[in-house]
Amino acid sequence: MSAGNTTIERPLVDKQGQMPEAQRTANAMKAFAQDFGRTASIYLESCIHCGMCAEACHFYEVTGDPKYTPVWKLEPFKQAYKREHGPFALFYRAFNLKARVTEGELEQWQHLLYDSCTVCGRCSLMCPMGIDIAGLISNARHGMAQAGLAPKELREAADRGSAPKDFKDRISRLAAEHGVDIPVDKTKADILCTVSSTEIEQYPKSIVATARIMKRLGANWTFRSDGYQANNFGLLAGDAQRQKEASMKLIEAAIACGAKTLILPECGHAYGALRWMGANLYGKPLPFKVLHISEFLADSMRSGKLKLKRLGKSVTFHDPCQSSRRGGVIDAPREVLAALGTELKEMFPTKGTNWCCGGGGGVVDIRRADALRHKVFHLKMNQIDETGAELAVTSCTDCRKTFDDGQARFKWDKSMNSLVELVANNLIEA
Amino acid sequence: MDLLTFVRGPGMQWAAAIFVVGILWRLVGILLLRGKKDLSEPRKPGWRGLRLLALRSWPRKEFLGGTAFGEIMGYTFHIGFFVALLFYLPHILFFEDVAKGLIGVNFKQVFGVGWPYLPGGAVYFFSAISVAALFAVLIHRIASPVKRMLSNFDDYFSWFVTIAPIATGMLAFSHFGGPYPTLLGLHLASVELLMIWFPFGKLMHAFTIFLARGTQGVTFERKGASL
Repeated sequence: MSAGNTTIERPLVDKQGQMPEAQRTANAMKAFAQDFGRTASIYLESCIHCGMCAEACHFYEVTGDPKYTPVWKLEPFKQAYKREHGPFALFYRAFNLKARVTEGELEQWQHLLYDSCTVCGRCSLMCPMGIDIAGLISNARHGMAQAGLAPKELREAADRGSAPKDFKDRISRLAAEHGVDIPVDKTKADILCTVSSTEIEQYPKSIVATARIMKRLGANWTFRSDGYQANNFGLLAGDAQRQKEASMKLIEAAIACGAKTLILPECGHAYGALRWMGANLYGKPLPFKVLHISEFLADSMRSGKLKLKRLGKSVTFHDPCQSSRRGGVIDAPREVLAALGTELKEMFPTKGTNWCCGGGGGVVDIRRADALRHKVFHLKMNQIDETGAELAVTSCTDCRKTFDDGQARFKWDKSMNSLVELVANNLIEA
Repeated sequence: MDLLTFVRGPGMQWAAAIFVVGILWRLVGILLLRGKKDLSEPRKPGWRGLRLLALRSWPRKEFLGGTAFGEIMGYTFHIGFFVALLFYLPHILFFEDVAKGLIGVNFKQVFGVGWPYLPGGAVYFFSAISVAALFAVLIHRIASPVKRMLSNFDDYFSWFVTIAPIATGMLAFSHFGGPYPTLLGLHLASVELLMIWFPFGKLMHAFTIFLARGTQGVTFERKGASL
């Protein structure tokens, strides 16, 4: 069946660049095909159309609309794979068994690949065949970005990149406002800390909290203006070149200052981008350790270097999909919460199967996706309310941004807290 | 040449050749693609993720609610199909013949005991269960908006070539619907249709399920990601 056989409500479509239709679709398929290693092929050959992945997707869960079935979001790319690259591509082309993907189809699928997929990977855990559907969505985004079909917010942020001078100015203002030393551009440091642009814009106290914790530990650390931004809009947009450029800035900054450890901020996709993809972009193993800040905090507590006051409150922890479900940082934040003397009230489902907040994968930045994202947010509000916990905590600024937006929208009586800020506010001074 | 002679002779030979060559072609076409070495520092040894081969055979409790029907019906028709295929005496004798022709020995010579088999009535019962479950999954595929949207020719034709050998086998067993040689000829023809279609459609999941689960298991486990 052609991907075009099903009617999809046409959303606003963002397009970049002027190019003929044939060029646009060729670019999309070429970029998608570049990802066709053995792994992608195994996954694309294995779908049995059971539809079970729909049950794992928060967008399907709240709308009941079949178009949000995760594997359907790949339909044009599955079609293109069979026609152009699969083991029987010759037959598919010779007998036109799979139609050529059109620009119109790609435009329709922009909504499915970006606005209504947070790449949270819950569907990958549901698939009885074992297909990493979320991984394939990222591959498909590569195709869309090359075809000039990424949402403009992600495209612009990926192209904007980082601004070293602005960062230095912002950090010096923060240091002065909060009376804390924040080293920038040290030539030698054991630890390179990084930030998310969401922290700079919306949650600067997280940057100050990081500095306070580092000071308390007596660490030889620094930020670097030539490699500070850990969140990666190239990854979210699907622009592999921009993704690599952003990751290489961090890698080169860490090497330049001789850092033994690079600490990623509270940002889920930043963790996946550098911890799991960084070495592959660099072309060899990274010469330093990469830790999510919650892993660093847990390590510091385990070694007795960091001691915390006891909060004595009940908390629930929202697992950021990219660092937790898909990144493996599940226990570390819980260890930190235990060290804070909190009573952890887990949501159901939690940890690896936790519901996504709805803002990941860049969705929180895509304005036209707001209405759908707000629908999805009800799932999270219900989950958190059902725990009865006094505090909600997470370790991802994009999740936090999504929660803050949802809280304002629905006048919800809960706020999302940052794990790092909670730690910094409860340090026991030596 | 009558139907039975054809399906017992050249029909079976061609079907077997397409079955074997087609499967190898598709598997080699997948496995010969380049594999990218993951250079990130693993959190855990990836091979432990091979437990996903078994683990994913039943959904996590968080996912069971909406998928239970599909899982139960899926298991039911698979079990019925394989019981009929592997534990019906005439099938075992056929496999014995094939094994003897290929490797010169039969099961008893290799394992010391013969392949166990079930009474024909029991196999008939399992076949009937399988047919009922296959109709249930077909109705579900048509009735469910999600499955209907995902479905294409492959889904419906694969369903047909799966149910046809079971249904014709039941007819042949009960000598119902025509002379036995014709029913047996139809049964063998339907088996050959299944064998010919197998490499080209979704029936290949009998092989790719292990590749996909194994790949996800190893990839995710080395990250410490959830399985």
